[in-house]
Amino acid sequence: MDVIGEILQRTAEDAEKYKPITVEKHLDLEYDLGTLLAVDNNDFDLAKLRRNQNDYFLNLTRENTQLLINKIWELPTERVEEAIVTKLPPQKTVLPRMKPVPKPKPLTKWQQFAKDKGIQKKKKTKLSWDEQLQKWVPLYGFKRAKTEKEKNWLLEVPGNSDPMEDQFAKKVEAKSERVAKNELQRLRNIAKARKISVPRVGVINPDASSAKELQAAVTVAKASTASLGKFQEKLPKEKEARGISELVPGGTRKRKLPPVPATVEKKENLAIVDSILNKRPKLDIESAIAKQISNSHVSSNHNENSGSKSYGKGQKANKSKGAKKPKGAKGQRKGKGGGRKRR
Amino acid sequence: MKRLSEERTRILFEKLSKYIGSNIKLLIERPDGLYCFREQKDRVYYVSEKILKLSSNIPPEKLISVGTCFGKFTKSNKFRLHITALNYLAPYAQSKIWLKPSTEQQFLYGHHITKSGLGRISENIEKYQGVVIYNMQDLPLGFGAAAKSTAECKLADPLASVCFHQADIGEYIRSEEDLL
Repeated sequence: MDVIGEILQRTAEDAEKYKPITVEKHLDLEYDLGTLLAVDNNDFDLAKLRRNQNDYFLNLTRENTQLLINKIWELPTERVEEAIVTKLPPQKTVLPRMKPVPKPKPLTKWQQFAKDKGIQKKKKTKLSWDEQLQKWVPLYGFKRAKTEKEKNWLLEVPGNSDPMEDQFAKKVEAKSERVAKNELQRLRNIAKARKISVPRVGVINPDASSAKELQAAVTVAKASTASLGKFQEKLPKEKEARGISELVPGGTRKRKLPPVPATVEKKENLAIVDSILNKRPKLDIESAIAKQISNSHVSSNHNENSGSKSYGKGQKANKSKGAKKPKGAKGQRKGKGGGRKRR
Repeated sequence: MKRLSEERTRILFEKLSKYIGSNIKLLIERPDGLYCFREQKDRVYYVSEKILKLSSNIPPEKLISVGTCFGKFTKSNKFRLHITALNYLAPYAQSKIWLKPSTEQQFLYGHHITKSGLGRISENIEKYQGVVIYNMQDLPLGFGAAAKSTAECKLADPLASVCFHQADIGEYIRSEEDLL
């Protein structure tokens, strides 16, 4: 019996060394087992805290940890190679990210355009069947240049081109030109993304430039004299390019007109109207012919400067031609039609 | 609100003169007070001096419209008349086209006018001149450009376009949001 008593005593001592696994709490803890997190919402026991802070916190932490571990033991466990493992549920707490969200890459000019227009990228297969070579040909990369060579061993001379021109050299040059253009655009996109201002290149290829670009170039070139183009001659119908005011010093820059009294403004406007209305009319052959046709059609005097006086004459002339049948209300009438008879 | 530059005034008046000819003077010289043209965001407004003064109390970026909008300057610096200008074009119009009742609706939906829809046409219209369109009850419906001169109209076949549509009062409903 002594032995049993000893064992019992020892186990009681052991049990005293280990604290109990049950913990009493006023409020239940909140658990998020996915992140192994337990939150204790209970108030501190102020009396114990003041008496012995360290012991109190140590004990509190042990108790809470015990509760968390109790909770983990409630999960289904399995045994893998002598170790007891459990699968934690997905986490509920959202952790803030350490680093700021990366900024989206700035779009290239084409990407921006495609996005605005809703153009979607089409996936192309790398290999495609070539009818001429009767084999599968890669779209780019390995063996592409070789197939190109195989395919274009002979080139047609276009009907409208110089027969002595080397079409092969032309093709090579066109290709290198395209590559260079792509490189330029790539650099331009980088500059745009990094907000670096790139100097303007002006007109590179006058043959391929638009009329607008050329006009801008002319306007800039004209202003590039010591006197800012003040004494440059103008062609008869030459217009100045618009929207390049930052390139041309002075002159073409838009300025807000100073306010003037309304009467002065009216006078200015009237002067402009007069100058428009008094413009010598262009000789418009088509309208002249149309007028002539309408005059001859009505066969009476339609000249505006000869008024009612000549009207009688015209009638007389008609009569003198003689013996015209009455038209039975189907003829063309002059004037507004109807109204007072003027005799 | 700013004054039109001389160049722009000239462009505006040239356009207006296509429709109302020398009657532009009547728009500028009015017996009932001073009226002027003002420009904001490329749109041209025809405003009486009195209202213009009142409008100066409002910051320009908050101001949507003052007076009557006549139209707008395009990016290529041409002037385009809006239907809102019809109130001032119709009384002074020099060349007019009257529509048959059957084509009225067609025109108000934005179609050109064919010879068959032509009710009446004033004399001596030149080709591509601006014309104001009326219905037979003399209600102005819109304006356009003459596709054929009056003399040519008489000889044209019934399906040929007589007048190109530019603006009609149907736009008040159709393009309400971009009329301003």
